[in-house]
Amino acid sequence: MRVAAILLRRLGALLATALCLSLLVFWLTHLPPNLEKLAKSQGSARMSDAEVASWLERSGFDRPVPVLYGEWLGLLPKAGCGRCGVVQGDWGQSTVFRQPVAEVLGRSLAATGWLMLWVMVVMVPTALALGVLAGMREGSRTDRAISVATILTAATPEYVSGVVLVALFASATAGLSPLLHETGWIEGRTLFQGTASGAMNGITFWNFALPVVTVALYGTGYVARITRAAMADAMTQPYVRTARLKGASQSRIVLVHALRNALVAPVTVILLQLPWLLNGVVIVETLFAYKGFGWTLVQAAGNNDIELLLGCATVAVTLVLATQGLSDLAYRALNPRLRAR
Amino acid sequence: MEELGWLGILGRMALRFVPVWAGLALILGLGWRARARLGPAGRLFGSWAGLSGLTLVLFWVLTALFADLIATHDPLAQLSGLKNAVPGSPAPGSSYPVYLLGGDSLARDCFSRMVVGARRVLAIAPAATLCALAVGMLLGLPAGFVGGRLDAALSFLANLVLAFPVILLFYLLVTPEIRQTALPRTVAAVLFLMPLLFLVLLWHSRFRTRAGPWALGLAAILGPGLWIWAGLALDADPSGLWRLEPGLLTVFVAVVFVNAPTAFRIVRGLALDLRHRDYVAAARTRGEGPWFIMLWEILPNARGPLIVDACLRVGYTTILLGTLGFFGLGVSPESPDWGSTINDGRRFLAIYPHAAVVPALALLSLVLGLNLLADALRTEARHD
Repeated sequence: MRVAAILLRRLGALLATALCLSLLVFWLTHLPPNLEKLAKSQGSARMSDAEVASWLERSGFDRPVPVLYGEWLGLLPKAGCGRCGVVQGDWGQSTVFRQPVAEVLGRSLAATGWLMLWVMVVMVPTALALGVLAGMREGSRTDRAISVATILTAATPEYVSGVVLVALFASATAGLSPLLHETGWIEGRTLFQGTASGAMNGITFWNFALPVVTVALYGTGYVARITRAAMADAMTQPYVRTARLKGASQSRIVLVHALRNALVAPVTVILLQLPWLLNGVVIVETLFAYKGFGWTLVQAAGNNDIELLLGCATVAVTLVLATQGLSDLAYRALNPRLRAR
Repeated sequence: MEELGWLGILGRMALRFVPVWAGLALILGLGWRARARLGPAGRLFGSWAGLSGLTLVLFWVLTALFADLIATHDPLAQLSGLKNAVPGSPAPGSSYPVYLLGGDSLARDCFSRMVVGARRVLAIAPAATLCALAVGMLLGLPAGFVGGRLDAALSFLANLVLAFPVILLFYLLVTPEIRQTALPRTVAAVLFLMPLLFLVLLWHSRFRTRAGPWALGLAAILGPGLWIWAGLALDADPSGLWRLEPGLLTVFVAVVFVNAPTAFRIVRGLALDLRHRDYVAAARTRGEGPWFIMLWEILPNARGPLIVDACLRVGYTTILLGTLGFFGLGVSPESPDWGSTINDGRRFLAIYPHAAVVPALALLSLVLGLNLLADALRTEARHD
């Protein structure tokens, strides 16, 4: 009963947040200068102010923002199609791609899904292994080496690591590639490919490794630091001392007794990392020209494609809120102290 | 003059940085001698991470200060024939015989742009951090200390901003179209008022019973404070001394806006943690007001985590500024700040990587220094 009430309240807060945010985005995208730009891009660039006003009136943009928002959401009837909005599954038309927004979003989300999947496959095991290794013996040489490495990756935003990785591995004039090419180790001019646009047709190690590593690098350091702290904390707990006095081996203590309790924090953090990964994904997709969700968002925002931008914002905000809710649930499920109550 | 090898480039660069080396030697030397009297800050000299973090941060601060002495060329000047020139290319007929780190796609000197860019970054990042921290303290302290409805409402607002993907927020806030509206000025007016309000409350809560110092202090804060505020936020300073160009204002507002909710969360957590301490109860019994307890009892006791957070936050703000530049949303396309330079350089990344790698490494080393410093300070605090 109490759990149900908590869940309902959470769900209510999530819905309220989503509504507030979508209204905010809607209002920002429908500010007069944005609409004027839309009119000029749809009509002609040399429209006079009167022509812009009449265009906006014909397209129905001169009405108050709350009404437009209600129509977009699908709560108010729209001229021509009854009630059709986001709630009914009608996301509108993209002006850049000249396709329905839902179609563009579906395609780009699928592409980003692959990127995210590989990032997770690389990031999660690496981060957990590094964190456990470092936290197992706090203050040891391994611990200090891993700490410095994780501080370094946490100080490297994606646009820096991406640039450095491309210069090292995918440049025909600098880094490793010229050396390898001259000695005959590789056929092509570069070791890895500097763009991932080819990965849209088929993912290979050579066109996907750099974008995946670039996104994963930042998160790996962060999750490893959290794991390390949780592991170091677990190793000082009474149950670990008991296990040690019982005569359990070091590997058994680490893997059975400490690890399970140390995993609560990292799992929540990994889920909360998803929104931050989204950020990294936007940067990496722009840098490597991979036509996924992030690239689409940048195109929509850069070209004032209002309905596509609204769609992107809705997806992004939903994703962030869903992961927040999920990590909350995971924390409750994993933490025995909260579960028992 | 011939093209320089890497040894020659490094040697000449070391020579250009002489003012920085002198400053570093002076500051670190004095700090080393006084380390016993400096308390926790002095103990930084004992740890490898702390010392290297301090050195990196000081290096960039001094570079920003002496940028005019270090830069070899005008960061905006273009020399014909040096488009995408490799590092060490001779630059005849200019103020310095070589382009030390090569030329960018518009034939400007990468080295000078990096050095002058440091000034851009270090002028904005710490100021934005302080502003965000002031907002965080002003809202977070009451949220944690009073709790209840106030806390619920403020936390909801903070979570609202936090649920926004940062890049989307930037694209919505930092566009030329938004700059035409009154929105950035309004938000700036509110955000910039926060540090001023913070100082006023700080003074008022302490001296409200002593009319003399109270009036004197408030006049000293409000006079210049309102002048600066009117100049920066409203662009209404008649003397023209304090003003921000509209592009810079929007960038500043966006960065503070993104930083403020996380600062709020940290301060709120600390206030929540400290509000049941004995000294708070003692102050209550003495009959002190809530603002006095928050600002003069809780805040000083939360300074350790807040200093660590400020260090990390300057680094994070630097990353955010870089992100803005990377998406071409920076101050102006000509600006030598690191993010914009990376953005310029990435078009020819596969062929001429130096133009993007130079500012990328600069940004990396500054943020690394700040993170090392924060880590060392946190370790020191834990040992206390």
